[in-house]
Amino acid sequence: MNSTIGDRPRAISVLSRNGFSLGQFATCLKGIIWRESLRFLHQRERFISALVRPLVWLFIFAAGFRQVLGMSIIPPYQTYILYAEYITPGLIAMIQLFNGMQSSLSMVYDREMGNMRTLLVSPFPRWYLLCSKLIAGTAVSLLQVYAFLLIARFWEIGPPLAGYLLVLPALVLCGLMLGALGMLISSAIKQLENFAGVMNFVIFPMFFASSALYPLWQVRESSPLLYYICEFNPFTHAVELIRFALYAQVNWLSLAVVGGCTVLFILGAILAYDPSRGLITRRGETAGAS
Amino acid sequence: MTTPMLSVEAVSHAYGERRALDNVTFAVEPATFAVLLGLNGAGKSTLFALITRLYATQHGRIRIFGHDVERASGEALRILGVVFQSRTLDLDLSVMQNLMYHAALHGVRNREAQRLAHEVLVRMALKDRAHDKVRNLSGGLMRRIEIARALLHRPRLLVLDEPTVGLDVNSRADILTYVRRLIAEDGVSVLWATHLIDEVGENDHLIVLHQGHVLADSPLPRVLADCGATSVLDAFARLTRSEHLMSKAE
Repeated sequence: MNSTIGDRPRAISVLSRNGFSLGQFATCLKGIIWRESLRFLHQRERFISALVRPLVWLFIFAAGFRQVLGMSIIPPYQTYILYAEYITPGLIAMIQLFNGMQSSLSMVYDREMGNMRTLLVSPFPRWYLLCSKLIAGTAVSLLQVYAFLLIARFWEIGPPLAGYLLVLPALVLCGLMLGALGMLISSAIKQLENFAGVMNFVIFPMFFASSALYPLWQVRESSPLLYYICEFNPFTHAVELIRFALYAQVNWLSLAVVGGCTVLFILGAILAYDPSRGLITRRGETAGAS
Repeated sequence: MTTPMLSVEAVSHAYGERRALDNVTFAVEPATFAVLLGLNGAGKSTLFALITRLYATQHGRIRIFGHDVERASGEALRILGVVFQSRTLDLDLSVMQNLMYHAALHGVRNREAQRLAHEVLVRMALKDRAHDKVRNLSGGLMRRIEIARALLHRPRLLVLDEPTVGLDVNSRADILTYVRRLIAEDGVSVLWATHLIDEVGENDHLIVLHQGHVLADSPLPRVLADCGATSVLDAFARLTRSEHLMSKAE
């Protein structure tokens, strides 16, 4: 009755090595990006709402406040600018923030529906799977950002042409940071219903207590406390990193903060999803255990 | 002496104060159909989570064809095919897209993945469903696709956690027959967790798990002989000391 594994040469042709080659790692990453992109394209409403949200801010909010909020010359701008121009980097970061939280929402959904297990029982290292998922989420956010920038361009709102390319590394870094934050949050959320709290306690405070809608010097004049909160908010630095990159400049402080937070959040997410240490294991969640 | 496809050695697991598994030990030999029989809450899903490394092993050791699930999880997981109790297919993707995603998660490159997916769909008589959206399929078909997906990367050990739950009698019989055939044709080992006594075959290796303890771990004829039972239900009732089941068996 017993047969040995040596009887199955076809299996060995597929699984011949103990370790994975770089090509197989790339195949795994490609597969995860492909799946996330397909899901995004299938959910047209998600794509549309991801665009409508910043466009409403840009065309309605910014137009309404155009005469109220004057913009003095502050770096990286070298001349007076329209308010719509000022809030564009903030809206780009907002797209990435919402996308990061949306990814986190889909992770909670996947965990509840069981899809998450498909990913977690892959033989690749778990840290690699989570990083791949982060990269996939970031790729999806880039699609949204460039679609937004394209539409804004028709209204003559946008950076110099070179800025579209130069901002790419900043967008990747900010996308990773906000995606990793979402992933970390998803590990702490037990049920999909609890996700509304993320809107109230994460997205809105992060967005409004930042330089997305108003320069920090103005905030400082009205409330020094709020100014310091904004200064410590990593989202502020994501906005500034994008703002400077759009105008071919580097804000080194923001780069350091965003880079540091990215590493911190990724490590936190990896720990949270680690089977021997993570929150999910302690709660006995992924198995639906009995 | 052959290396067991799966060996579970003195495994214990607790959720806080609640002990789900207590010193669980058994082995599944190559090309064997092993049934893990237990009532709901026996600890089957916890054991599955440990075998698939969704959870880390707190006490004891689990090896898949000699590879320690904790220390060499990559080697262990790549020869393992898993079908979970709840459905884990992506409903918004097609059957083929689900298979291709699974292949990528095992590092199988596109062309080879397409070949393997095609092959497995033909074997499971699902070829004409390749481009259907999973959401539009019946429960029985989804289960078959999950089994096809678990087999795609040619695992040596297939573990299935209550795969026939919620299916009609015909679908249950089809799936059971197909999985049993895999052992004869491919030499795959199977660990089939269930609470349905009629799924135990007369020559199956039977592992009875009850309240986190293994009460029997032998081929069915020996389990029956050891218990002095005439049927699986009778043996299960005697082992678990269930008066309710004993009266049913009589």
